Amino acid sequence: MALLEVRDLKTHFLTDDGIVKAVDGVSFSIEKGKTLGIVGESGCGKSVTCLSIMGLNPRKMSTTTGEALFKGENLINASSKRLREIRGNDIAMIFQDPMTSLNPVHKIGDQLAEAILLHRDVTKRQARARAAELLKAVQIPRAERRLDDYPHQFSGGMRQRVMIAMALVNDPDLLIADEPTTALDVTTQAQILNLMNKLQEEFGSAIIMITHDLGVVAEVADDIVVMYAAKIVEQAPVDDLFKRPHHPYTWGLLGSLPRLDTDVDRLVQIPGSPPSLLNPPVGCRFNPRCAYVFDRCKSELPELEPVPGIADHFQACFLDEQTKERENEKLQAGSLAGGTA
Amino acid sequence: MIRYLIRRLLWAGVLFIAVTIVTYVIFFIIPADPARLAVGQRATPESVARARHFLGLDKPVPVQYALFLKRLVIDRSLGRSFTNRQDVNTVVLNAAPITASVVLGGVILWMAIALPIGILSALRPRSLLDRSSMVFVLIGISAPVVWIGLILQYSIGYKLGWTPNAGYCNLLNGQGGCGGPIDWAYHLILPWTTFAILFAAIYVRMIRANVMDTMNEDYVRTARAKGAPEAQVMRSHVLRNALLPVVTMLGMDIGIALGGAIFTETIFGLPGLGKLAVQSLESFDLPMIEGVVVFSTLCIIIFNLIVDVLYAVIDPRIRLS
Repeated sequence: MALLEVRDLKTHFLTDDGIVKAVDGVSFSIEKGKTLGIVGESGCGKSVTCLSIMGLNPRKMSTTTGEALFKGENLINASSKRLREIRGNDIAMIFQDPMTSLNPVHKIGDQLAEAILLHRDVTKRQARARAAELLKAVQIPRAERRLDDYPHQFSGGMRQRVMIAMALVNDPDLLIADEPTTALDVTTQAQILNLMNKLQEEFGSAIIMITHDLGVVAEVADDIVVMYAAKIVEQAPVDDLFKRPHHPYTWGLLGSLPRLDTDVDRLVQIPGSPPSLLNPPVGCRFNPRCAYVFDRCKSELPELEPVPGIADHFQACFLDEQTKERENEKLQAGSLAGGTA
Repeated sequence: MIRYLIRRLLWAGVLFIAVTIVTYVIFFIIPADPARLAVGQRATPESVARARHFLGLDKPVPVQYALFLKRLVIDRSLGRSFTNRQDVNTVVLNAAPITASVVLGGVILWMAIALPIGILSALRPRSLLDRSSMVFVLIGISAPVVWIGLILQYSIGYKLGWTPNAGYCNLLNGQGGCGGPIDWAYHLILPWTTFAILFAAIYVRMIRANVMDTMNEDYVRTARAKGAPEAQVMRSHVLRNALLPVVTMLGMDIGIALGGAIFTETIFGLPGLGKLAVQSLESFDLPMIEGVVVFSTLCIIIFNLIVDVLYAVIDPRIRLS
């Protein structure tokens, strides 16, 4: 049984302008100890997917349907009491911006201890000792002394380490990291990613890594889900996705990565901007921005289907295999042409 | 911390000098002659001159100010009234507890109204409570304090007869059959209400906005992601942060509230500092005016100092910077 299996997850927000379908029928699963990367542009529904799994969407204005089976237990219709037991204990979360994710008026040690005391029947002193242990595990120097410091006395990278420590404090089975490195500078990013890799080996948690940066998932993920406009457009093991991407949107994402091994005058970009989820395009949601669009794309919504001959690779695009093969070769050569320059 | 305090105290000294100078200057710009007022309309020029000399008004204004400062600093005296020769210190100190009763009681009442309503409307935006509290806020902000005071006095005090219309009873020792905490509070219900309505309205809005803002903060989401129950999220993460600016505002508004006490005291016939200020202004009684100004300035400076220190205690970010 998969550790977490998400089936047909839909999250809709009721706004003054209408219903925003932020997540529209998303399915994926993650095994114990593995890392799943969820990739996509801002606003494609990656974060909302994870917040929905955790039951952290603002309740009144949102509806979530579908299933999120965590060890066989559906979290979507779980009671809020049960969700509180799971949150921070079985599933923990790291957020994007470490500068604002820690409470400025509480000491780091108290914030870590709070996470422990909520789920474990231990004394304050034991919780504090555990907090110090975790700060050491995330390589914060002079950990014991820093327990009494406030968040503003830490740098961004150090604060993200604190967030990671806080997430790992109860040995969660699943760690959801929502763009954990986006707000950090590049050298710090690498440190944090290495640290997460190392801690994953040590703690054995599965990780869902949400990011818009394919470079990040290439480094850490076992499987990748590519999301576009609230839907999954491609899903594959990491090597296969980089070797044989099947969706024009994935090509665009890969093409827009800066590369050092080829001579490119300018970076490739995906033209246009992500569609409004209030009123998404008819047919394939990527069709207004796609260089390979043809009539069928504008009327019919492609379903996620297995790629013939490759296990665990799914894609949602009507293009024929030959075209894909050809474009893929071009992409691998570092010169994706088709209208994206 | 010590250096911070010293800097604050020096700054308070500068502020104090500035406020008293401004009071002096304004007083001497007014085209009135306190000496003539002191001796009466039919006095001879000689007696007016004598009065002027006696009151020290024949000296140049800077010298008068210097004498005032000297008296204040060395003798700790605010001088004597121009009109009735009463000791200003005594008069001000007798009036101060009354104003303090009005202001402090008012502050407690307005916070007691604003805190629960503000927090509850933030928790249930667009609910019936939220909407009715917004109506209250609109009325509270738009209606002049004087009007509210008079309406309360007429309806509750006169028509219904539930509370006294005017007057003051001592908190501790009664005189003339009225005194003690119960009589004291009974006489102050209307002034407190009058006083509290405007500020309660402003604070409801402010607390509501702060709490709503804070609820959207990332660290509140972090707290929920840790599995904290809603009550703990509110108490330890939302309110603690949302009420920080309220403390600052409160410190500043107590100063403004002292000014507002003038209206309340006049309406309800309370012999406090506000009423004293109005009376002294009418009779151009400079020492008395200066006395009230000096005393209220000191109060405001001390309040602000307390708030600043308190703020440094409750907000760790202030302490180091």
